[in-house]
Amino acid sequence: MTTLDEPPVPAGPVDERERNPAAAAEDRPIGFGRLQRKEDPRFVRGKGHYLDDITLPGMLHGAVLRSPVAHARLVSIDTTAAAAHPKVRAVITGKDLEPLNLAWAPTLSADVQAVLATDKVRFQGQEVAFVVAEDRYAARDALELIKVEYDVLPPVMDARKALDPGMPVIRDDLEGRTDNHIFDWEAGDSAATDAVFARADVVVSQDVVYPRVHPAPMETCGAIADYDPIDGKLTLYETTQAPHAHRTLYALVAGIPEHKIRVISPDIGGGFGNKVGIYPGYVCAVVGSIVTGKPVKWVEDRSENLMSTSFARDYLMRGEVAATSDGRILAVRTTVIADHGAFNATAQPTKYPAGFFHIFTGSYDLEAAHCKVTGVYTNKAPGGVAYACSFRVTEAVYLVERMVDVLAQKLAMDPAELRLKNFIRPEQFPYQNKTGWEYDSGEYETAMRLSMKIAGYDELRREQADKRARGELMGIGVSFFTETVGAGPRRHMDIVGLGMADGAEVRVHPTGKAVVRLSVQSQGQGHETTFAQIVAEELGIPPESIEVVHGDTDQTPFGLGTYGSRSTPVSGGAVALASRKVRDKARMIASVMLEARPDDLEWEKGRWFVRGDPEQGKTISEIALGAHGTLELPEGVDGNLDAEVTYDPPNLTFPFGAYICVVDIDPGTGVVKVRRFIAVDDCGTRINPMIIEGQVHGGLTDGVGMALMEFIGFDEDGNCLGGSFMDYLIPTSMEVPDWETGYTVTPSPHHPIGAKGIGESATVGSPPAIVNAIVDALQPMGVVHVDMPCTPARVWAAMQGRAQPPV
Amino acid sequence: MQIPAAFDYARADSVEHALELLEQHGPESRLIAGGHSLLPMMKLRLARPEWLVDINDLHELDFISEDAEVLRIGALTRHATLLESDVIARLFAIITDAEHVIADPVVRNRGTIGGSLCQADPAEDLSTVCHVLSAEVVIRGRSGERTLSMADLHRGPYETAVAQDEILTEIRLPVRPRFGSAYEKVERRVGDWAIVAAGAAVSLAGDGSIEQARVGLTAVGLDSGTVTRAEEALRGGRPSEELFVEAARLAGEDCSPDSDQRGPVDYKRHLADELTRRVLRRACRRAAEQGAEQTCRLP
Amino acid sequence: MQIAMTVNGEQVTRDAEPRVLLVHFIREVLGLTGTHTGCDTSNCGVCVVLMDGKPVKSCTVLAAMAAGHDVRTVEGLAKNGTLDPVQQGFMEEHGLQCGFCTPGMMLTARALLDSNPHPDDHQIREAISGQICRCTGYATIVRSVHWAANHAAEEVPG
Repeated sequence: MTTLDEPPVPAGPVDERERNPAAAAEDRPIGFGRLQRKEDPRFVRGKGHYLDDITLPGMLHGAVLRSPVAHARLVSIDTTAAAAHPKVRAVITGKDLEPLNLAWAPTLSADVQAVLATDKVRFQGQEVAFVVAEDRYAARDALELIKVEYDVLPPVMDARKALDPGMPVIRDDLEGRTDNHIFDWEAGDSAATDAVFARADVVVSQDVVYPRVHPAPMETCGAIADYDPIDGKLTLYETTQAPHAHRTLYALVAGIPEHKIRVISPDIGGGFGNKVGIYPGYVCAVVGSIVTGKPVKWVEDRSENLMSTSFARDYLMRGEVAATSDGRILAVRTTVIADHGAFNATAQPTKYPAGFFHIFTGSYDLEAAHCKVTGVYTNKAPGGVAYACSFRVTEAVYLVERMVDVLAQKLAMDPAELRLKNFIRPEQFPYQNKTGWEYDSGEYETAMRLSMKIAGYDELRREQADKRARGELMGIGVSFFTETVGAGPRRHMDIVGLGMADGAEVRVHPTGKAVVRLSVQSQGQGHETTFAQIVAEELGIPPESIEVVHGDTDQTPFGLGTYGSRSTPVSGGAVALASRKVRDKARMIASVMLEARPDDLEWEKGRWFVRGDPEQGKTISEIALGAHGTLELPEGVDGNLDAEVTYDPPNLTFPFGAYICVVDIDPGTGVVKVRRFIAVDDCGTRINPMIIEGQVHGGLTDGVGMALMEFIGFDEDGNCLGGSFMDYLIPTSMEVPDWETGYTVTPSPHHPIGAKGIGESATVGSPPAIVNAIVDALQPMGVVHVDMPCTPARVWAAMQGRAQPPV
Repeated sequence: MQIPAAFDYARADSVEHALELLEQHGPESRLIAGGHSLLPMMKLRLARPEWLVDINDLHELDFISEDAEVLRIGALTRHATLLESDVIARLFAIITDAEHVIADPVVRNRGTIGGSLCQADPAEDLSTVCHVLSAEVVIRGRSGERTLSMADLHRGPYETAVAQDEILTEIRLPVRPRFGSAYEKVERRVGDWAIVAAGAAVSLAGDGSIEQARVGLTAVGLDSGTVTRAEEALRGGRPSEELFVEAARLAGEDCSPDSDQRGPVDYKRHLADELTRRVLRRACRRAAEQGAEQTCRLP
Repeated sequence: MQIAMTVNGEQVTRDAEPRVLLVHFIREVLGLTGTHTGCDTSNCGVCVVLMDGKPVKSCTVLAAMAAGHDVRTVEGLAKNGTLDPVQQGFMEEHGLQCGFCTPGMMLTARALLDSNPHPDDHQIREAISGQICRCTGYATIVRSVHWAANHAAEEVPG
């Protein structure tokens, strides 16, 4: 069953060039293929240009005073002593922001969030005051001089109880608010699903928690605001993944005209969704600069990052699967309590308060499906959509992949076999699922069988049987995911009214070198390389002759930015189409140069030539010079070789993958060791296999982190227990194996280059493989489920039959 | 970044000089060596000394010196040095075991054994190790030197007998024949503090029975650092799985862990038991091996 | 106070408060911004520099404590415009993505190779285990260090 016959799609365990850089160097691609990154020479020399590396003349430093308690009424704030500090230039409180109408700011989810608290504090770490001082040491010193009196209130920490009668109302700032309810949202057909469940042979159900975690990029968030009072222009350096969206929001919130705002996003030291939102510290830096007339830098410390900026997940799910006794999955349904913290500040398309969670139908051909998600307020930091989650596909995939394993256990079926039996078949694409998605393309069985082949699946099962007989705990976990990434289309997808499309502009200079300008912003994904390669593939200009400009709203076209694995699916489409416009224009110009009709010209990479007379041709360089030269151009053709496109994707793209994890558990301590991890990914057309592999590796490490150790917990008083890297644990080199990757290629039929996006696949797909492996190891003890994080203590408790959810 | 409150700084060039500086700058002056415990506390402003006396230049306190009966370790010896030391690995494998799992390799380049002992963190590995090895520590003040047992050094969590104007200068470990020791730690992730760790040291009599045994546990609320009943149960017995199980059971019973992010009480108690068994097995094996080696070397 | 040390082979003397952390001295006083900060608790290692040839976390060393010592930062890895093989290895093997942890990783790799010219996978992983990378998943960093080990003698134009 595990042999791989001739694959119907290109596939392989690894790209040879990924393993053999020397070979790749000899064969440097003009277009797609393994290519060293254009951004690396500066990074390896320590010449990256991150936010905190920027120093402006006269720059001051800001620091935020934060609430030590989770829920309290603000009685008084005394800033006298801080203001008297010789190096302090300004102390700002919520009261100071009120007249500017900036004490509260709109969130990305139609709620408001306090910039600096005025009435109450609603989570530990909430922003209370902002100090601007001559240096960062003095700013920190002055925080200690601010005296705040709090009248402590009981906090709401358990999301399951948030809607109970009599619970404290967290958001009493909202008029008429009498409870902690945010929204109810449903997808699928409830009645049809219930009917399928009623006639199913087998129903399994399981409570599954995806605990609160944090993206925790190595570079924390920060901003430098530089307001020029003479021309009224605000230059704002920010660690942001979405500079254009930020500019528009600042214009709407702060009342500064949009053309007078320039957002610059320099090199970003990792984002993972943490750098999508606008944080109070940024707004404070802006106010600080306006107040002092100087540039103000604010960079948070690690505790501030972990305790106050956008967390991820916090979904309390109940999953149910209906199936036939021979393992045909009929329906999935789920109810979810979504803990959004004190302010509803999730970042996802407006229409979808639960993000894309309704892809919980997974990779399976179901008869019915239904979900109901209830969002609630608690006294925790706001956020929820972050950490490479593809707008909550992480939660969806984890739920369905965990549930399929629960079913497999119930039916005593092999989990790989159960999946193979239920996959959507290639001929069913484009596939309409039961909650409203149209999956673009997929060859699921091929990917699954390839991963099993690389893993040596049958051999692993034999090894496991031997070890079980000796009392050793070895587990093999399988997961198969389908992602939905690359939002829009914009008629369905917007963020605060801004349609989810992205612009790109390609200019070919007279000498044939090019510049491409992007609305999206890299946080390490290698955009300078990938996007140059797309232009190279389309125009035949070598990547080293293409400059990629991004992260500056004054220099780049509008677009919604980088998150939800959007960059390649959306901006990649924009760049490909803009390049093709250039190519079409080049054809018109070449036709003049070659004195041939455009229709008689043929394209080969980098050159138009006369059909039937290949010697007669013009390279893109020659054409560029022609475009800018003295040539008489045809009517309607401007004297340049430039083009721009705003790409509104017709649909999302649906990357997928098959993952297999092998774990060994120390029966005496519960310590889990991830011994092997096999990841077969299909992201459609592969632009740079080296970068793709890197994206996958990083996501797999996220998966190990979430499955085994990462957790933002709270005590019952509302104290954050994951507020530093001493307690918020991220995998080191010692907890992760040498990843084994493979790939298949199923291009997206609707995407200009067939690419699907890869940035978040592994983060989405790997946690269930790891947890499934752990549960598989513990099956002999009757364990059906262990919630993440599978710390030694929690695994040991599961071994004793005392597994408890983490929250 | 979190930033310490302001202080003044002086660098000592000898132990005497350091003692002078401590006296001169008074009760709010503190020594700094590796700084990996003190500086994070200062950044959180939980510690705010007015003076820091830097003793990193006191090379006289950076040594490992072996004689027939005692191994002396200078207080300023870095974790990395201890980890790489052949003499330590030969005589006190428990230290090598522990050093493998203390913090991370970069921190180990700075942190010192003296700093670890003076921090007296209940989750600190070397404190348990030194208890198990029946270490003595040498403390020097302006008026002279005194030698204390570990039990006398550690007065409670984060509290030691080292006065503000004194320096812990040296750790002395008795060298015994047919001796073996071991340490094992369970942590949530490499580099984390222990959920629980256990250390054991045994010396065997000529007939192979256990002459002396020490068993210590980390991060489980032991006042003394070692578990007496387990040690008594081992003494005089022949190393065997039954004996280890019994001693480990007592160790598990006699500790008093707290429930926290790292795990609940029952799990920690179980680990105390499980890890005690493991380190006893390894320590006894090592003692037997060392005994065999020593026997072979006899003329 | 006056603080004097050798940084990347150059003797520097600057005035700074006693409480100035070495990482801030390097970044803000000397303007060498290749060394980064990522946590406050000496857990993440993006601030790693070499002090007398050994990796240390410069957020947990006072500049005053580094006085008189030899400090090497990422800016001192290349010599006379020639990249260190470690730098070249990170580029060849995709050992970096966002680049934020990279300077610290490369310096630790350099120190490792200086003491152990041909480390195995486990030794490399152990050496970097006090430093967090959020992007790469470490495998390509391990490959990068191997690349450097295998190209120790090569001169790479910078």
